[in-house]
Amino acid sequence: MATTTTTTAVGEPKRRVLPPEFNVFIGLLVIAGIFELLGWFVRGDSFLFNLQRVSIIILQVSVIGIIAVGMTQVIITGGIDLSSGSVLAMTAFIAMSFAQVSSNARAVYPSLTDLPVIVPVAIGLGVGLLAGLINGVLIAYTKIPPFIATLGMMVTARGVANWYTRGQPVSFPTESYASIGQGMMPVIIFAIVAVLFHILLKYTLYGRRTYAVGSNEQAARVSGINVERHLMLVYAIAGGLSALAGIVLSARGQTAQGGMGLMYELQAIAMTVIGGTSLTGGRGSIIGTTLGMIIFGVITSGFTFIRVSAYYQEIIMGIIIVGAVVLDVYRQRLRGRI
Amino acid sequence: MDGKIILRTEALTKHYGGVRALEEANFELREGEHVAVVGDNGAGKSTFVRQITGVEQPTSGTIFFDGQEVHFKSPIEARDAGIETVFQNLALADDLDVPANLFLGREEIYFNLGPFSFLNERKMMERTEEALRATGVKIPDLRNKIRNMSGGQRQCVAISRSASFASKLIIMDEPTAALGVQETAQVENIIRGLKRRGVPLILVSHNLRQVFDLVDRIWIFRRGRIVGAVDRNKTDGNEIVSLITGVKTGVGEEAAFI
Repeated sequence: MATTTTTTAVGEPKRRVLPPEFNVFIGLLVIAGIFELLGWFVRGDSFLFNLQRVSIIILQVSVIGIIAVGMTQVIITGGIDLSSGSVLAMTAFIAMSFAQVSSNARAVYPSLTDLPVIVPVAIGLGVGLLAGLINGVLIAYTKIPPFIATLGMMVTARGVANWYTRGQPVSFPTESYASIGQGMMPVIIFAIVAVLFHILLKYTLYGRRTYAVGSNEQAARVSGINVERHLMLVYAIAGGLSALAGIVLSARGQTAQGGMGLMYELQAIAMTVIGGTSLTGGRGSIIGTTLGMIIFGVITSGFTFIRVSAYYQEIIMGIIIVGAVVLDVYRQRLRGRI
Repeated sequence: MDGKIILRTEALTKHYGGVRALEEANFELREGEHVAVVGDNGAGKSTFVRQITGVEQPTSGTIFFDGQEVHFKSPIEARDAGIETVFQNLALADDLDVPANLFLGREEIYFNLGPFSFLNERKMMERTEEALRATGVKIPDLRNKIRNMSGGQRQCVAISRSASFASKLIIMDEPTAALGVQETAQVENIIRGLKRRGVPLILVSHNLRQVFDLVDRIWIFRRGRIVGAVDRNKTDGNEIVSLITGVKTGVGEEAAFI
């Protein structure tokens, strides 16, 4: 019997590599450190060692963070979802219209007031899932690029939001609906969503297929994965998470109004990419996105803290979004060189 | 060779519009047999493989696999019937590790929750180690992503993937085309292991040295037709080359049934 001892391993020696999220974490520490220093220079005060400020930073980003979780799984499949902010607005209007109190003389549906909180939440999530499903069907079956399909949904959903009440804001929700957004509830909801999707992406078939489709769609297909059905599911879930963000945001503000969620999708993409998810697909994690979200919050709050005017902040935000993508391209090139 | 016929094609024909890529191919493969399919570029080798693996559907002719007439509509159907294919372009997901790739599309799960079923990583890891041991492949870190591996390691993973699922037939399309000397030797060792285990193989190759080293029987394609099938022991490189180039003709169908 011939032996197979000649089949020695070809390749590099075994080497422990740090998880990619580690670099993002270091980035967070560096950026927070810079603002801490600047804080002492400009204000003579600590930026970080203030529990109230830190909790506000996280509170401010957690609604977009919910969208970013959905965005992460979409980007891992190699796609993009530009409709998140508009879907958020559309679902906020529709959910709020079923959450109004009867004492409100200008309720959208005067006969449908004081409903239990489950009704507006279920309707809102349903609308978001449906919008996401339409994105998914377009992308999976008509093969139009995700960029175009979700751009169409972005315009359409914004149109639905404005048409729904002819531009009138919808206010005065029931107490139980409003409680969804009060206090630290948005952070708690984000945390639950993030843990859930971390588990889904890391330990279930859903995650395995998501990474496989983004990594090599052809390989996924010949391996027997139903790529179309999976993409529909991924986009539908992303739409559902945008709807959840819309419910939380409208509950927090106790109103749904035009202009809600504008450019949230871009901020969610920025959080995702800062967190190490690759726009070419196949790579990324919820831990990374959570760190990216905190970095995003630290930067925006940090600029406010050191008294950079709101106008400059928008400009800087644009630079951060482009910078995050440049960073991704640079990472790809580094990887290619090895 | 004796033993029962595992794969047989009758007058298998494929036309792409006016192009006759494959004409009336009568092919057969017996249990435990390793055969090579050789021929010049455009001779119809890959077209032939695409018909029997369900990637394309033949224009006419019939395929019998494991005693039954089959009409595969997709590679997945062929795979479910027991035909594993190692494609020329590696069908691996670069961002996944070795067990994830080995079990892609047929993951082990704990209990069925549809797409949200939990993966049984431990079982997949154990079976991966088993499969790699059986094929004699050594990869230092199975948790490493395919992206970080050499061409040879990738090809070994791809072949182990096909070999480790109790399949009735393995088809390899140019498995060593892009590999170095040492890596080629490694792949050839895996193929010898398959022979010992009695797994039938169709090897599409340009490398005559490799063909003579590995297979029992050589099928020669030329301009879309099978022009010969000869036992390795009853021929030499010169005869094969003249059949491939068409210098020697007429052996054709007679040779196939010596």
